[in-house]
Amino acid sequence: MATYRELLQQTKSEIDEIDAAGARELEGAVWIDVREADEWQEGHLPGAVHIPRGFLESRVEGVAPDKSTPVLLYCASAARSAFAAKTLQELGYRTVYSLAGGFTDWKRNGLEITMPRTLSPEKRTRYSRHLLIPEIGEEGQLKLLDARILLIGAGGLGSPASLYLAAAGIGTLGIIDADIVDETNLQRQIAHSLDTLGTPKVDSAKRAIQALNPDVDVVTYRERLTSENIDRILDDSWDLIVDGADNFPTRYLVNDASVWRDIPVVHGSIYRFEGQVTVFKPHDGPCYRCLFPEPPPPELAPSCAEGGVLGVLPGIVGSLQTNEAIKLAAGIGDPLIGRLLLFDALATEFNEVKIERRADCPVCGENPTITEYIDYVEFCGAGRGNS
Amino acid sequence: MSVVRVPPVLREEAGGAREVEASGATVRELLEDLTLRIPALGSRVYGDGELHSFVNVYVDGEDVRTRDGLETPVREGSTVILLPAMAGGC
Repeated sequence: MATYRELLQQTKSEIDEIDAAGARELEGAVWIDVREADEWQEGHLPGAVHIPRGFLESRVEGVAPDKSTPVLLYCASAARSAFAAKTLQELGYRTVYSLAGGFTDWKRNGLEITMPRTLSPEKRTRYSRHLLIPEIGEEGQLKLLDARILLIGAGGLGSPASLYLAAAGIGTLGIIDADIVDETNLQRQIAHSLDTLGTPKVDSAKRAIQALNPDVDVVTYRERLTSENIDRILDDSWDLIVDGADNFPTRYLVNDASVWRDIPVVHGSIYRFEGQVTVFKPHDGPCYRCLFPEPPPPELAPSCAEGGVLGVLPGIVGSLQTNEAIKLAAGIGDPLIGRLLLFDALATEFNEVKIERRADCPVCGENPTITEYIDYVEFCGAGRGNS
Repeated sequence: MSVVRVPPVLREEAGGAREVEASGATVRELLEDLTLRIPALGSRVYGDGELHSFVNVYVDGEDVRTRDGLETPVREGSTVILLPAMAGGC
């Protein structure tokens, strides 16, 4: 039976060590810190990812799916990383190194280190179910806490979106809505309540968000979005827009501004039992005008106030929008870019259709003909949609 | 025969139906057949030999405007979706 020292010596003879100078010349290598969380918190190599030794086998493919990718492993003093290197060789990684001298020598030699940003113990508890997901983890949660998301509308779609975004720890939420909470809203607009009847929806939503998560800064705009105020509002540097507007002029206005300012829009719309969701990422995918170059005539564009809507439908569609928004903010997954998701609540059925960029799109096409705000009410025809 | 999905705003024209049937080897033939069967519905999306500009038509998930327009082939059993924009977020 070998002692620890003998086992380490044996393992080191079976793997390759590399010094700091050699490590920095490795092209395209993934650097993995296999130390424990408390050691990582005290600083790590720049660009390294943290996978504690105990999780290495289960998580390594997430950071290095291709086994020909060179991998540099390090720990404090090149013991744990030697065992880790042997494991990766057994998993089929072809170019694996253990950093000689580990983090201790790296730091002692005055080489650059990065101090990780960390979550407070309170935030670690609040977001623990996110932190447990490898795709999110602490890094992803910090991105969510840094994110600034603007909600157009605090109604059917904006209610679930604002609550779930707040619960997820989106650091700053902007909310635009000019309306007042009334009784007919409560069948579906779950951010509002009997207590806030008669108050502005933005204030009511802010109250609900703050009751849920005081980490979130809420910026309210109690106004109707127009060509006159949109630039002022978008100057507050939003990363992402969640569009839950209730009328066509606002939809086209939001589209044009978002294309010009390069802000992704998570689009959702609902009517009776059916909903549509997609993501418009300017220049990477189609925009709203590529999907619908023209709004329908007024008689084919009834509002929910005219035609009704199943109360839970905005909950489903607004939650799907939130899912897209969180993915975009955390930089994970495959967003609904170039795909329009159709939901039918009666059939409980999802369908997906492809949307392509139009070369002749007047806003994001090759030769744009609309380069400044137009009269959106006139474009959509007086009375089109719900105003 | 193909299944044509009717958007909620056009269900009244289709007598309340969520899906109707129509036949044709191309989108044009299918819409002409649809117009014969259910004139109120067909005329909402198709007229004067053209697709109305505010309606998107998808054959098996693809926008016919990105394929061959009205000449886009329709297979037996294809699903055709008629889709005007919806604005509601309410």
